[in-house]
Amino acid sequence: MTGWLDHESVETVLVTLKLAGLTTILLLILATPIAWWLARTKSAWRVPIASLVALPLVLPPTVLGFYLLVTLGPNGPIGQLTQAMGVGSFAFTFTGLVIGSLIYSLPFAVQPLQNAFEAMGERPLEVAATLRASPWDAFLTVVLPLARPGYLTAAILSFAHTVGEFGVVLMIGGNIPGKTRVVSTEIYGHVEAMEYAQAHALAGGMLLFSFTILLVMTWLNRNPMRALS
Amino acid sequence: MTNIDRVRGAQPIQITLEFVRPEFLLDVDLRLPGTGITVLFGASGSGKTTLLRCMAGLERAPRAIVTVNGSEWQHDVSLFLPTWRRPLGYVFQEPSLFAHLNVEQNIRYGLSRGAPASRKFSPSLDSLIDLLGISGLLHRKPTELSGGERQRVAIARALATQPQLLLLDEPLASLDQARRQEILPWLGRLRDELKIPMLYVTHAADEVARLADYLVVLERGRVRTAGPVSEVLSAVNPLVVLGDDAGALLDVKVAEHDQRWNLVRVEFPGGDLWLRDKGFSTGDSRGPCTGKSARVRVLARDVSIATERSTHTSIQNILPCVVESVVAELEESQSLVQLRCGESILLARVTSRAVASLGLIRGMQVWAQIKAVVLVD
Repeated sequence: MTGWLDHESVETVLVTLKLAGLTTILLLILATPIAWWLARTKSAWRVPIASLVALPLVLPPTVLGFYLLVTLGPNGPIGQLTQAMGVGSFAFTFTGLVIGSLIYSLPFAVQPLQNAFEAMGERPLEVAATLRASPWDAFLTVVLPLARPGYLTAAILSFAHTVGEFGVVLMIGGNIPGKTRVVSTEIYGHVEAMEYAQAHALAGGMLLFSFTILLVMTWLNRNPMRALS
Repeated sequence: MTNIDRVRGAQPIQITLEFVRPEFLLDVDLRLPGTGITVLFGASGSGKTTLLRCMAGLERAPRAIVTVNGSEWQHDVSLFLPTWRRPLGYVFQEPSLFAHLNVEQNIRYGLSRGAPASRKFSPSLDSLIDLLGISGLLHRKPTELSGGERQRVAIARALATQPQLLLLDEPLASLDQARRQEILPWLGRLRDELKIPMLYVTHAADEVARLADYLVVLERGRVRTAGPVSEVLSAVNPLVVLGDDAGALLDVKVAEHDQRWNLVRVEFPGGDLWLRDKGFSTGDSRGPCTGKSARVRVLARDVSIATERSTHTSIQNILPCVVESVVAELEESQSLVQLRCGESILLARVTSRAVASLGLIRGMQVWAQIKAVVLVD
C-alpha cells in the first residue's frame, strides 16, 4: 500500500466519482420535466406516476438490481434490443451502472425539484406571461432561477445517494475493478478479506465526504446570494 | 371637454363573458372607454378579479369575447390569444416582483420583451423611473422595499412592456392606510400622463372617488350598473353599494380665492361651493390657481335638506335644488334623496321621518345644506 490509498482504490474512487457525477447531471435533466409535470398536472395519472417515481425509496436495492440485471442482461428484452442494435448487453458495464443509478436515485432528484416548483406557485409564471415572456422564456428566466435551492438539494442528494448505493451496483455492475467497482463495493470486499486498514481508509473518506456535502449544502441554502456573487 | 364626453367618444374595449364559477355565474357584457380609468367595483366574490383575469387570458372561459382596440384577443374557444401575446400590463394584488432580480432588472425584464416602440407610449427606463419616483431603489432587491415601493415598481414594470391596456387588480389592497395614501397620487398621475386605458379593480369607495372616470359596479357576477362615474354615483342606487361612502362627484373649476379665510370658491354646472383652500395654491407665490380643474366629492351624509333658506346657520354652502326622487331605505330608517342642482345631481341622506315631516316629493323646491366638501384630487 503506497500512501493513504493504493492504486486500485484510487481507480475505484475515480469510477465512483465519474458514476455519481454523470448520474447527477443526467438526473437533473431527466427529473426537471417529470417534477414539472407532477407539480402542475391535474391529470389522474399524477398519483400512479408519482408512486412509480418514488418506488426506489421503498424497494430493496437488490430487488431493483435483480430486475435490471434480468432486463438488461443478454437474454432480457432490453438486452436483446441493445444487442440487435450492436451495442451489446449493458449488464456488468459502466453504462449499466449509470442506468441503474438513474432509476435508483430518481426520487432524490424529482422530489426536491417538485417541491421547489410547487412552492413558487403559479404567480411568477403569470407575471412573466403578462410581461410578454413565452412559456419557454419564463421557464428559463424565472422558474429555473427561483428553483435554484431545489436544484442544489437535488444535485447533492443525487450525488451522495449514488455514491452510497450498494445493492444495485453489485447486481448490475458485477464489481469489476477499474470498470464497475465502486467505493461501497470495495469496502465490502476489504471487510470480507479482513483488510480492515484499507476498509478504514475508504470508509473514513466516505464519512468525511458525506459530512462536507451536508455542510456545504446547508451553507449554500442559507446564503444563496452570497454563494453565487 | 368633460370626462363624460371624452369617454362617450369611443368604446374600444369589449368583453362579453359567461363563466361558471363554483360560487356564482359570471355573466357580463361590457363596452368600455379607451381612455382614462375604468373602475370595476364590487364586494369580494362579485367576480371582478375573475373578469380581469379573463381579459388577461390568465383564466380561460369557454364562452368569452374579448376585443381591445380592434383586435380580438378571445372568441369563445375558436380564438384564444395566450397572455404573453396580449399587449397588456397587469398589476397583481400583492406585489409580485421577481425575487431573484433587483428593481432595475425587474423593470428591464418587461422593457426587453415589450412591443417595438409604439406611437402612443414609448417608455424608457428613465421615464418610468421618473413617472413612479423609484430612482433611489434601482439596485435594491424586492425584499428590501416597502409594500408601497414594491407596488410602484410593479406598475413601472407593467408599463415597461408598452401595453395598450393596463389591468390593475386591487393594487392597494395589500397595503396599510399610510402606504395607500403614498401610492394613490402616483396612480392619479398615471391617469393624467398616460394615454392608455386602465381597468382598475377595487372594493374601496375612496379609490373609486379618486380615480374613476368610468365605473362598473359588479354584484354576484353581474353588472349592476355601468357608466361615467359622476352619473353612476349620483344615481339613487349607490348607497346600497357604497354604504357610508355614498355621495356625488362634481367636476369643478376654481373661480375665486379668499385669502383672508383661506377658502376657495369652485364652480360646477349648477352652482358654486366654498371649500377650504387645501391643495389649490400650496406653496405657489403666484396665488390661487384660478381656472384650475378639480374633482370634489359631496357625501350624502353631509347633505341636509331645508324647505326654506336658512340665514342663521354655520353652513356656508346652501344651494337651491329640486327633488328628483326619494328612495326609502329599509335599514336604519333612512332615506336617500336625489337632488337636481342645475345640471348636477347631489345626494342627501336624511331620516325617513324627516322626509315625511318635510313632505318631500319629486319636483319640490328645496335647499341643500352642504356641511362638507371633500377635494379628491
